[in-house]
Amino acid sequence: MMDTNDVTARQVYWRENRRWMLILGTIWFIVSLGCGVLWVEPLNQLQVGGYKLGFWFAQQGAIYTFIVLIFVYARVMARLEKRLGFEEPEA
Amino acid sequence: MSLTETTYLVVGASFALYIFIAIRSRAGSTQEFYVAGKGIHPVANGMATAADWMSAASFISMAGLIGLSYNGYGGSVFLMGWTGGYVILAMLIAPYLRKYGKFTVPEFIGDRYYSNTARIVAVICLIICSVTYVIGQMKGIGVAFSRFLETDYETGLFSGMVIVFFYAVLGGMKGITYTQIAQFCVLIFAYTVPAIFISLQLTGQPVPQIGLGSTLADGTYLLEKLDRTLLDLGFQEYTTSVRGSTLNMAAFTASLMIGTAGLPHVIIRFFTVPTVRAARTSAGWALVFIAILYTTAPAVAAMARLNILQTLEPQPGQHLAVAERPAWFKNWEQTGLLGIEDKNGDGLIQYSADPDTNELVTLDNDILVLANPEIAKLPNWVIALVAAGGLAAALSTAAGLLLAISSAISHDLLKRTLMPDISERQELMASRLAMAGAVLGAGYLGLNPPGFAAGTVALAFGLAASSLFPALLLGIFSKRVTREGAVLGMLAGIGVTLAYVFQHKGIMFIPGTSFLGDLPPNWFLGIEPNAFGVVGAIVNFSVTLTVSRLTAPPPASVQQLVEEIRVPVSSS
Repeated sequence: MMDTNDVTARQVYWRENRRWMLILGTIWFIVSLGCGVLWVEPLNQLQVGGYKLGFWFAQQGAIYTFIVLIFVYARVMARLEKRLGFEEPEA
Repeated sequence: MSLTETTYLVVGASFALYIFIAIRSRAGSTQEFYVAGKGIHPVANGMATAADWMSAASFISMAGLIGLSYNGYGGSVFLMGWTGGYVILAMLIAPYLRKYGKFTVPEFIGDRYYSNTARIVAVICLIICSVTYVIGQMKGIGVAFSRFLETDYETGLFSGMVIVFFYAVLGGMKGITYTQIAQFCVLIFAYTVPAIFISLQLTGQPVPQIGLGSTLADGTYLLEKLDRTLLDLGFQEYTTSVRGSTLNMAAFTASLMIGTAGLPHVIIRFFTVPTVRAARTSAGWALVFIAILYTTAPAVAAMARLNILQTLEPQPGQHLAVAERPAWFKNWEQTGLLGIEDKNGDGLIQYSADPDTNELVTLDNDILVLANPEIAKLPNWVIALVAAGGLAAALSTAAGLLLAISSAISHDLLKRTLMPDISERQELMASRLAMAGAVLGAGYLGLNPPGFAAGTVALAFGLAASSLFPALLLGIFSKRVTREGAVLGMLAGIGVTLAYVFQHKGIMFIPGTSFLGDLPPNWFLGIEPNAFGVVGAIVNFSVTLTVSRLTAPPPASVQQLVEEIRVPVSSS
C-alpha cells in the first residue's frame, strides 16, 4: 500500500508537471500557430536581416523554440524528481 | 571515374555498413527484438528517431513542396507541423508510455481500456497508417535506384528489400536502431553538404539558415529578390503566400503536429531508452537532429528556386534559349521531372505563372533536391552522396514502420489476443516471420502501388491524429475515460477523417468516386482533406468524453495503472 507521504508527493509531482506543461505549451502555441500563422501579417512588417519576422518564425524560429522547450521541460522535471525523491535507478 | 561508378561505390559502401551492423546486432530475445533491450542511450536514440522520422519525402520532396507547390510561406505547415509534434510527444505521451514499459502502442491501449476490442481497433488503425506510409518509402527506394544507378525500378526496389529484410528480420529493433544511427549520419551529411555549397555560392555565407536571410552578390536580400522575381512572373510573393486560408494553415499545422505525436513507429522508439528521464531528453535530441535538416530545407527551397529562376531568366526580359540550356537541364528532362514546350516558337524558354504562356511545362518538386548539386556544379561525389542519403532516409523509415506493423501482429494480435500461451522463443520466431511477411507485403505494394498510395500523407497523419493520439492522451490524463468511450471515439475519429478524405479525393482514392469533388468551395470551412486530421481528433475527443460520462467508470485496477504511469518510480 502507498503511505500518505507517498500519495502527497505524487499529487505534488502531478500538479507541478501540469503547471509546466501549461506554461511551456502556451509558449509552444504562441511561437508556432501564433507567430507563424495567426499573427504572421503584422509580424511581417518587422524585418530581421533579410527575414520578415513572421516568415522567420514559421520557417526557423518556431523550430528552435521547440528544441529549447523540450530541454527546459526535461530539466525542470528531472529537478522535480530529485526534490521529491522520484529519481529512477540507472539501468 | 564516371558518375554512375562513383554512385555505385558510395551507395555500395553505405549498404555494406548496414549489413555489417546487422550481423553485429542480432536479437536474442523478444525484449531485444521489440525494444532493443531498453538499453539505448538517449542521444543515440535521438539520432535513430531522427532517421526513423525523416522519410524519403522529407529528404527528397519536402524542399520542393515548400519551394514550388506551396510557394514558400505556405510550406511552413510542414516545417512547424513535423517538428512541433515532438514537443507534444516529449511532454504528453513518451514519458508515460515509457514508464508503462511494455512493447507496443496497441498494447497500452488494450490494457488501459481493459478490452481486447480496443486493442484490435488500435492494431487496425496502426496497420492502416503504417502500411500507407511504407508504400511511399518503397516507391522512394525504387525511384532513387532507378534515377541514380540507372537500374530499373523493380531491381532497385528488390535490392532495398533485401537490405531491410536482412537487418530487420535478424535484429528487430536492436538491428534497426544501430542501422538507423548510421543512416542518419549518411542522410544528414548528404543533405547539408550541397546546401552549404549553394548558400556559399549565392550569399557567401556557409550556414544556409543564415544565408537565407542574407544578401546576394548585388546587395539585395535573397528573399526580397525572390519575392520580386516571382511577382514579376505573375506568381504570389514567396514570403507571404498563404496556403488556402489562415484557418486552413492552422488546421494543417495542427494535424501534422498531433499526427506526429500519434504515429506508432515514432512512439515505440522511446520504449528503447533505459528511463523515463531518458525518454524526455531523447525527444529533445531527436528534435535537434531533425532540426538540422528541417531548418536547412527552407534555405534549399528558396535558393534552388532562385537558381532555377536565374538560369531561365538571367536578366529581366533576357530568356534562356532552348538550344543553350545547360547539361543538367537536359539530363533531368530525360527523367520526366523537367519539361519544356516552346509554345510561341521563339526559341526561348519563358517561365510564368500563366499556364497559357508558361513554357516550363513540367517542374517536379523533387528536382529541387535531386538536381541541386548539378545546378550548383558540385563534384560527382556530392551527387553520389545525395543518392545514398535518399536511400538511407527511405530505408530507415521503412524499417521503423515495418517493426511497428510486425510487432502489432506478433505481440498484440498473436501473443496478447489469439495465442496467449506461446513461449518467448515461439513469440520471437513469430515476430521474425511477421517481419519477413511485412517486408514482402510492403515490397509487393511497392511494385503494384494501389490507387490510394497518392494519399499517403493525408491518410497516415489524419488517421494517427484522429484515432490513436486522442486515445493515448486521454488514457494518460483521465482516469474516467472508459473502454466504450475510447473504442467509439477511435472509430468515430477515423470514420469522419476517412469519409472527408474519400468524399473529396475518391473512395480509396479511385478517381471519379469522389461524390463532392475535390473543389475548395466544397471544403468544410475551407479546410483541405490533408488538414482534416485535427477535426477528426476533435470528433474523437468529444465522442470519447461523452460516452465515458454515460458508462460505468473503469475498474480500480485501471485507475491504479493510470496513477502508476504518471510518476517515474513505482509506488511503495
